[in-house]
Amino acid sequence: MGVRVQTEDFDVGAESRALQADSVGAITLFVGTVRGLSSDNGVTAMTLEHYPGMTEQELERIEAEARDRWPLENVTIIHRVGRLEAGDQIVLVAVASAHRQASFDAANFIMDFLKTDAPFWKAEERGGTKSWVDARQSDTDARDRWTS
Amino acid sequence: MSNITVRYFAWMREHTGADMETVALPTDVTSVGELVPHLVAMSDGHALALKNMQAVRVAVNRAYGDLDTAVNVGDEVAFFPPVTGG
Repeated sequence: MGVRVQTEDFDVGAESRALQADSVGAITLFVGTVRGLSSDNGVTAMTLEHYPGMTEQELERIEAEARDRWPLENVTIIHRVGRLEAGDQIVLVAVASAHRQASFDAANFIMDFLKTDAPFWKAEERGGTKSWVDARQSDTDARDRWTS
Repeated sequence: MSNITVRYFAWMREHTGADMETVALPTDVTSVGELVPHLVAMSDGHALALKNMQAVRVAVNRAYGDLDTAVNVGDEVAFFPPVTGG
């Protein structure tokens, strides 16, 4: 439970079991992964950089905002940093609540705010070239729908 | 002591050549916006990194701010591009 920024991989099953409690009747898990070579972007690997200290603080703030909106039992947010290859897991958002709607909605909310507010940056490798990923307006739009 | 810490991330760090630097806070600087011209004057790389402040996000003491956010001695001021995690 809680917020973690780490280079190591994570075990989705173990993280899910850790959220279980008597009061929990629903667990929503979101896992973000590195799209591979066969997808349209031809990425072979990526490196994730972050702002230590601020990242954890922003993720905790986002979790607190989700808890203000929905009755949540347990929340885990894990984001990896460092070099990741196609197929690797990048991010886990796991939300446990008494009933399913709160956990579905809160997981969606947390990911939308993580995408636009948590200070992570991706550099993609295509063959031998590295390029920084540009932020997307569609991510900002996805976040703003929660406040409109 | 009258220093602040300035940090840069992602492509901005590559332009400035440093991820963190200690800068003497000029006595006439009270906000991030007033600090930027002093940083721009430090090198061509700094000028390039801070060329388009519309495309840059700002944090002071690890909380989001903007060009109007106050800067005081001892603060940590960070400049970075829009974030792309997840």
